Amino acid sequence: MSMTNHSKPDKTGASHTDSELIDRYEIRFSGSGGQGLILAGVMLAEAVATIDGKNCVQTQSYGPEARGGASRADVVISSGEIYYPKPMQLDLLLALSQEACDNYYHDLREDGLLIVDSHLVTQVPTSRCIGIPFSQLARHEIGNTMVANVISLGAICAISGVVSEAGLIEVVKRRAPRGTEEKNLAALQLGLVEGKKAKDRIRL
Amino acid sequence: MAENIKLMQGNEAVVEGAMIAGLRFFGGYPITPSTEIAEQLARRLPKVGGKFIQMEDEIASMASIIGASLAGSKSMTATSGPGFSLMVEGIGYAYMAEVPTVIVNVQRGGPSTGLPTKVSQSDTMQARWGTHGDYIAIALAPQSVRETLDLTVRAMNLAEVYRTPVTLLTDEVLGHMREKVTIPEEGEIEVINRQKPDVPASWYKHFEITPNFKSPMASFGDGYRFHVTGLTHDEEGFPTNKSVEILAKLTKLRNKIMRYLDDICQIETDGMEDAHVAVYAYGIVARAARQAVQMARARRMKVGQIRPITIWPSHDKKYREIFSSKNLEAVIVAELNQGQLVYEVQRLVPKHVQVISLNRFDSELITPAQILNKIKEVR
Repeated sequence: MSMTNHSKPDKTGASHTDSELIDRYEIRFSGSGGQGLILAGVMLAEAVATIDGKNCVQTQSYGPEARGGASRADVVISSGEIYYPKPMQLDLLLALSQEACDNYYHDLREDGLLIVDSHLVTQVPTSRCIGIPFSQLARHEIGNTMVANVISLGAICAISGVVSEAGLIEVVKRRAPRGTEEKNLAALQLGLVEGKKAKDRIRL
Repeated sequence: MAENIKLMQGNEAVVEGAMIAGLRFFGGYPITPSTEIAEQLARRLPKVGGKFIQMEDEIASMASIIGASLAGSKSMTATSGPGFSLMVEGIGYAYMAEVPTVIVNVQRGGPSTGLPTKVSQSDTMQARWGTHGDYIAIALAPQSVRETLDLTVRAMNLAEVYRTPVTLLTDEVLGHMREKVTIPEEGEIEVINRQKPDVPASWYKHFEITPNFKSPMASFGDGYRFHVTGLTHDEEGFPTNKSVEILAKLTKLRNKIMRYLDDICQIETDGMEDAHVAVYAYGIVARAARQAVQMARARRMKVGQIRPITIWPSHDKKYREIFSSKNLEAVIVAELNQGQLVYEVQRLVPKHVQVISLNRFDSELITPAQILNKIKEVR
């Protein structure tokens, strides 16, 4: 977990000396409706809660539309009790659309991690950003754009280490629709590989 | 990891709680953000011999659970604001006819169809005063997924014990939120069933006024004769215009709840012994309050927390005691509405205690930082 600026008060009014907040990791999956972001959030949370054994709260925000419109899922992870269920300042932001990146970048900590779909997000607000073409990889490497969310889960695992690889594999097996297990597991592996490569490339 | 640990959604917790409590009938009409409750009960109930019916609207949904309860099944419906508005007529009927029923209101932004996918606590007063006529409502507000499970069981217990409709007030965030939950073992949570008559049918009075205000309840088909109506009625259930009987009936309806406040009302307090400022919050907002209180204490501020779990009825005596704690100077009431339960606090605090309302109604949760800033303003 990234823990710098130990006593600097942030814009939420919280100071990192707050013992309650030190052991807290906050992730947002953001993009448009239909990209499978809420499911990605749920899968990460399920791996953390039921396999890694940490406390975890997953919340979401979406509009009345079934597809399109802004969509996001938030996951808060802690080994202690989680009081406030929503993020206060993101440690990691995944943005799969330019709009999501523009809207939520300001919710990210100064030393937080920004991961974007480099094909869909062309204008990044910082050089401290990891770009992976999730949707392109899904289409060309796996043959199904629907698995971009699972590729991003693999990348998040490799880059942040906040969830175990074994946990994600188990949950993808549990949650993948029947007949798509192989594709989804391949997508997860691809994400893990791409995540490792990107991490070595950037050295944050 | 143990098998009984699950990542569970708030709405799913209502279903788990209801199944534990012995729910056997659900009549409802789907509405965001409560739909998952109906969806899952449609699968679960038939497996235990229960019935699920999707009714034509919420008026009929409420009517259906009243009927099912009179026939002896533990009954529930689930809805959100617009549906709750339609149900209040039936809730009044269930109150008058003393029919155990549970209504889950997963609150969303209003008024009218408002914000289907956004959080709110703006039905707090509707849960108390929704139907016409003088009545005493019971409403519970959980703050976590696990507590949603526990309070669903409790709502069903209270409905059966006090023969009255009980509202479980959750909200969009809690309903859709997933959280790590340890599923209770069988028998871990107390389940209470309704008291049946033990007298011969010819002696039975469905609405008997007993010394403890509790009337045993026979089901339709048990062989006991009784009449059910929304008109003010005598002990056998037949309409009456005699003032003596009217007074007796309405007083009984009041006393059967108000004499048992110690059993019905749950209030959680923390750090009130030395608190100069208290944060009063219920439901999901209590979690922001808890975080803010922790932050304030880390800054050596003497701040306490008050969390009503039973929102209605108000246990005036208990609240007066809490609000009279020695050093208390101010109470911050944080709600996701334009100020509702704050009037209950104003009514009960000593004169020297300042009451400050912190409201948010832009569809987002109140943050710990907002509460902390209010605390700093007071100090």
